[in-house]
Amino acid sequence: MAHTTQHAPQHTAQHAGHHAAPRTHRGMPRLKTTVTAAAAYLIGLFFLFPYLVMVLISLRPQDELRKAEWFPERWDLSAITGFWSGGLADNLVVSLQVAFGSTLLVLLVALPAAYYTSRHHFRGRTFFLLLVLITQMFQPTAMVVGIYREFYQFGLVDSIVALILVNGGFNLAFAVWILNAYFSSIPRELEEAAFIDGNGRLGALFRITLPLAMPGVITALIFTFIAAWNEFVVALTLATSPQNQPLPVALHSYMGQYSVDWQGLFAGSVIATIPVIILFALIERKVVGGLTAGSIK
Amino acid sequence: MKKLEPLAWVGPAVVLIAAVVIWPVVEMIRSSFLKISRFGVVQGPNGLANYEKLFAEKDFADIMVRSVIWVVAVVGLTVLISLALAQLFNQRFPGRKVARWALIAPWAASVLMTAIVFKWMLDPEVGVINLIRRDLGTFVHDVFGVDPRSLGLLSAMGGEAADQLGQASTAMPWLVFVAVFVSVPFTTYALLAGLATIPSEVYEAARMDGASRLRTYWSITLPLLRPALTVAALINVMNVFNSFPIIWAMTRGQPGYDTATSTIFMYILKNSDIGESAAMSVVNFGMVIVLTAIFLKVSRWKQEVA
Repeated sequence: MAHTTQHAPQHTAQHAGHHAAPRTHRGMPRLKTTVTAAAAYLIGLFFLFPYLVMVLISLRPQDELRKAEWFPERWDLSAITGFWSGGLADNLVVSLQVAFGSTLLVLLVALPAAYYTSRHHFRGRTFFLLLVLITQMFQPTAMVVGIYREFYQFGLVDSIVALILVNGGFNLAFAVWILNAYFSSIPRELEEAAFIDGNGRLGALFRITLPLAMPGVITALIFTFIAAWNEFVVALTLATSPQNQPLPVALHSYMGQYSVDWQGLFAGSVIATIPVIILFALIERKVVGGLTAGSIK
Repeated sequence: MKKLEPLAWVGPAVVLIAAVVIWPVVEMIRSSFLKISRFGVVQGPNGLANYEKLFAEKDFADIMVRSVIWVVAVVGLTVLISLALAQLFNQRFPGRKVARWALIAPWAASVLMTAIVFKWMLDPEVGVINLIRRDLGTFVHDVFGVDPRSLGLLSAMGGEAADQLGQASTAMPWLVFVAVFVSVPFTTYALLAGLATIPSEVYEAARMDGASRLRTYWSITLPLLRPALTVAALINVMNVFNSFPIIWAMTRGQPGYDTATSTIFMYILKNSDIGESAAMSVVNFGMVIVLTAIFLKVSRWKQEVA
């Protein structure tokens, strides 16, 4: 039952982490800390830089876009405030539908599968988990032609349903994997006790196990949401008509036009990017463990 | 009844994977042997003609070589930089949480959006990178009184040519740069998780033995970090191999096919000949299978699952 400890290393890791770095006893630890901190902040800033630029451009008025200056002379919020009434608002709605739809699909499909595999040894269990692990390595990019051909035959090209199915399918692996680890870490006895106290099997599941596994559930959901929200290749291939395109595809085709409305483009990018970065920060710690599938020990 | 129970719980997941992940693979392989019109109508079997046409493309060999170099360069640089960053961010300093948090941004943001910003930043006239080149040049000229062109300083940022995405020799390094930029955060986090599992006693023992810093890192940290490193590197190989949005948004594989990888080529072919594009996909997929097999081997999944 090695998998019961799958995310446990993460927790113990946090404690070990404080001692892991070799400490120096030789002179001026303060200076060393200052230099380390300064370097780390600079690097942090470096990785934030493109997103700060993104915000900066979205606030730059149209007539100043071709000026080779760092900051605009006047700030202009109209691209962001006007976004909701512009054409791209529809694409934002499509993005939301795809992301929420895929998340719901993953929740409905992954939750029972992960729970059952953590509690029962049935025939085909190993096969199922192998299937999941292999899926985790597959990405839609390499098989986008196959995906296109399949949905073409079903007459589902250019539909939101197709995007929900594909995003749900490809993100299922991560969700099953991380949920399975969480369920396995919850002692069976807790559930048994609730069962004996007169709750049904499902009652015990919903009252005891699910609340305890909530951090895993939330991680899986946010991860799926972000992945579906950011997905580009499949949407570029399947969503052919403008009103069915999620935001990234719409922004991309925006860029292909003769004169690029960079301000509008970046207003859309800011709206598509900043919330996702914040969401991701909430689950970051658990994602590493889920993606590397317990191979870090 | 008991026998059917697993089907009710696990069945939907299997069906979804089969329909969305497995079926396209089958469909892709099947299509690669069919003659398909531009509008998707199957015109009958095509034998190996799609593959023959693909291998006969005059850019095919270049594209395959470039794909391999692309993966090796991006993953290699990513791993080296992430090793250094993980070491840095593993130190204790005030505000570590915030600094680590900043590192998340390129990981969380859509790769396409990041690529679009970089494309703008590389704009020949108003892009920020051009502004840096200009201001740095002025600074060097004003302070040291030398012509910045004589220092090689500007060539480090793409040389004299302002339109750096317009020619392959400067576009390719920038594409690699952006790919490394978006891969480093995950890799650093994976390595930080790996570093955190190394017990502090090991370091104390090394210190008692009088091992130097470098020696400790080489003989203790790196070997103990290897599982994390291998898995992170493999996940990167898979991501970088499949990386499409960066090149697509920044150069579309142009000029000619000079910055195209096999994934980009596959996508361009899709618009002219679906059968040939499917053949390219199958070749790509073969490589994915090999990578997956290696991943399964090193991730020791059997111990995990059984």
